[in-house]
Amino acid sequence: MFKQVWAVTSMNFKSVPARVASSSVIVIGIAGVVGVIVSIFGMTRSLSETLVDTGRVDRAIVLRAGADTEVASTLLVDAVATIKNAPGVARAPNGKPAASADMLVAVNLVRKQNGTRAGLTVRGIGPEASAVRPELELVEGRMFKPGLREMIVGRGAQREFQGLEIGSRVALRDSQWTIVGVFETGGDAHESSLLADADTLLSAYSRTAVNSVTVLLESPAAFDEFKTALTTNPTLSVSVERELDYFQRQSERSSTILEIVTKFVAGIMALGALFAALNTMYSAVSTRAVEIATLRALGFGSGGVVVSVLAESLVLALVGAVVGAAVAWLLFGGNTISLGGGTSSLVFRMHVSPALLGIGVAWACAVGLLGGLLPALRAARIPVATALRAV
Amino acid sequence: MKYFPLVWAGLWRKPVRTVLTLLCITIAFLLFGVMHGVTAGLDAAINTMSDSRLRIQSRVNISEPLPLAYLQRIETVPGVTGVAFYNFFGGYYQDPKNSIDSGALDMKRLAALFPEVVVPADQLAAMESTPNGALIGKDLAAKQGWKVGDVIPLRSTVWTRKDGASEWVFKIVGIYSFPSDKAPTNELWVNYSYFDEARAFGNGTVTLYFARIKDATKAAQICEAIDREFANSAFETQSQNEKDWLRAQINQIGDIAFFVNAIIGAVFFTLLFVTCNTMMQSVRERIPELAVLKTYGYSNTRVTAFVTAEALALCGAAAGLGLWIAAFVSPQLFSRLGAGEMPLPTNVIVVGFVFAAAVAAVSALVPALRVQRMNVVDALAGR
Repeated sequence: MFKQVWAVTSMNFKSVPARVASSSVIVIGIAGVVGVIVSIFGMTRSLSETLVDTGRVDRAIVLRAGADTEVASTLLVDAVATIKNAPGVARAPNGKPAASADMLVAVNLVRKQNGTRAGLTVRGIGPEASAVRPELELVEGRMFKPGLREMIVGRGAQREFQGLEIGSRVALRDSQWTIVGVFETGGDAHESSLLADADTLLSAYSRTAVNSVTVLLESPAAFDEFKTALTTNPTLSVSVERELDYFQRQSERSSTILEIVTKFVAGIMALGALFAALNTMYSAVSTRAVEIATLRALGFGSGGVVVSVLAESLVLALVGAVVGAAVAWLLFGGNTISLGGGTSSLVFRMHVSPALLGIGVAWACAVGLLGGLLPALRAARIPVATALRAV
Repeated sequence: MKYFPLVWAGLWRKPVRTVLTLLCITIAFLLFGVMHGVTAGLDAAINTMSDSRLRIQSRVNISEPLPLAYLQRIETVPGVTGVAFYNFFGGYYQDPKNSIDSGALDMKRLAALFPEVVVPADQLAAMESTPNGALIGKDLAAKQGWKVGDVIPLRSTVWTRKDGASEWVFKIVGIYSFPSDKAPTNELWVNYSYFDEARAFGNGTVTLYFARIKDATKAAQICEAIDREFANSAFETQSQNEKDWLRAQINQIGDIAFFVNAIIGAVFFTLLFVTCNTMMQSVRERIPELAVLKTYGYSNTRVTAFVTAEALALCGAAAGLGLWIAAFVSPQLFSRLGAGEMPLPTNVIVVGFVFAAAVAAVSALVPALRVQRMNVVDALAGR
């Protein structure tokens, strides 16, 4: 039995070069689908990975009760002091609580790519911010000095926007701020922002309230203790969330629209490729009807015929998948994408991961198998006499 | 018309193949209709915007306030015939997720500038005489089940009250609509004077101004004049006419058109390849039959016309089907994305059929050449 299957299948593959035009329909059809799927899935996944990577399980973010984003939240100075001294907060090397009260404003700058103005977040951070965020690394220039109107810029923001080189000036409300350094945070969402000293920013905007407080916990398990202490405190009205959960929520928010579009486009394209594969395999079977009938007249079983047709369609689909994935990877892998623009932008790198390529190949296999199945059954079922008479 | 049966028979010679090819092209045009519908819909939205109305916002960012004192100064800029303003309220009802697009404004000024906003005269008067009155859009009223006379407690993501109360209580005094266009009416408007008096901070500022100008062709100069008026002040402005503003907003989201065209391009390339191949194969298999036609005295041109007509019929039918499905699917897709009802624009349909004809022409080209070159004797002999 196995020998039969092998013989029919190898014969089948040997005849593919003779049918190269129609076989390439499957290859190109599936390459197109896999290419588009890998690109758009790659985009949505890179976006949510960038956001989720920003959060850590051993950090907590405190917002005003009822506010679901940092921008919508305000915390007064006395609340900040209570939050910083709550139990469960780790200590910075200088003995102070590892907490940063952040203030957010936005500034419009010109995007390098198309010259339009888009918003970027300017985040004022507290003096212990580097203890809260050890991933924050100054890669060029120096840190801003508290009291001076100085900022450092994230690598992503600098790459995407004009006028953010060291020494350039950025106009905020009624004040010019000088860029003195460039930082990286491992490619997470904060790299799409500018950082300044919170107190300096507060006084420049004559504000007395910050947006949020982020604290480093003694351990991930200290979260419950920290949260209970704050939410049961009658003088406070705050919501406490693990930073990881907060960014996961942001990622869900921003990826809903992309996800609907992705699923729609990917689903429709896969359906189209399925029809193309069916078409090709039906023609392959019909061109080889006489050959198949001859084999069966010689005593080859229908199992071998079915397997050979399926194998052909699957291999062609795989070739298509490899071509499509390679094209997507070459065209978009590592590209920088910038989204948003009103009051903040998110700059992220498109990352075509092996897992993503795996998804593309899985889709291709599914399409190849489905597309080969019906024609294979038809090939096995044609009565031998009818097929031979067609000569 | 008498050749129709011949073309028809040619199409249904291999029904499975014809149906599969038809479905392939249908899918491609469905995707084309929906994707191209996005860009066409955005263009249409831009075109409904006025170019004789300017939007003036903070140069730093839309989240930055502008002083209310700018009102008179903008009014005196030559060419400006009316000014209105708007202050972002950021309200939500009961749950932060149930956000209500809301703003504080001077309704009299707004109505003068936006003739497309229709409010019954008595309701407009009620809005003026009720300090905590609110006007709501028709769509919002339907969505929340609110009606005139309802008292609605709202919370704001931004504004707290001077008196320490956590809720802003508004009384609905009227319902506005945009009878002339399909833009969603889902906002809630409150009196600026009442709001400004009650808020704890930011008093005497607004989010943006609208200015009406006499001559739309002078928009650029007037924008420049306004921005110059406030240059080097603590609150610099950025003025644009509404059309340019929306275009810039759309560009901000990302290069949508590029993305859409890339997908459409990939799909069409694939589609063209698939159909060309299927049609070529179909002609190849029928060489002996076409040779018979030629022996009967059908000219090359006529046989070529049969082949082309088949391709046109197939592509045309498939494009029609695909665009028809797109016309059903895309409004639903858009409303799920929160963009409101967006019917498939007519020009998408027209462009779709032009594309269909092009695909048919290209895919009929190679088989047609084959027919031209065919030697009847060889063809009949199956060589």
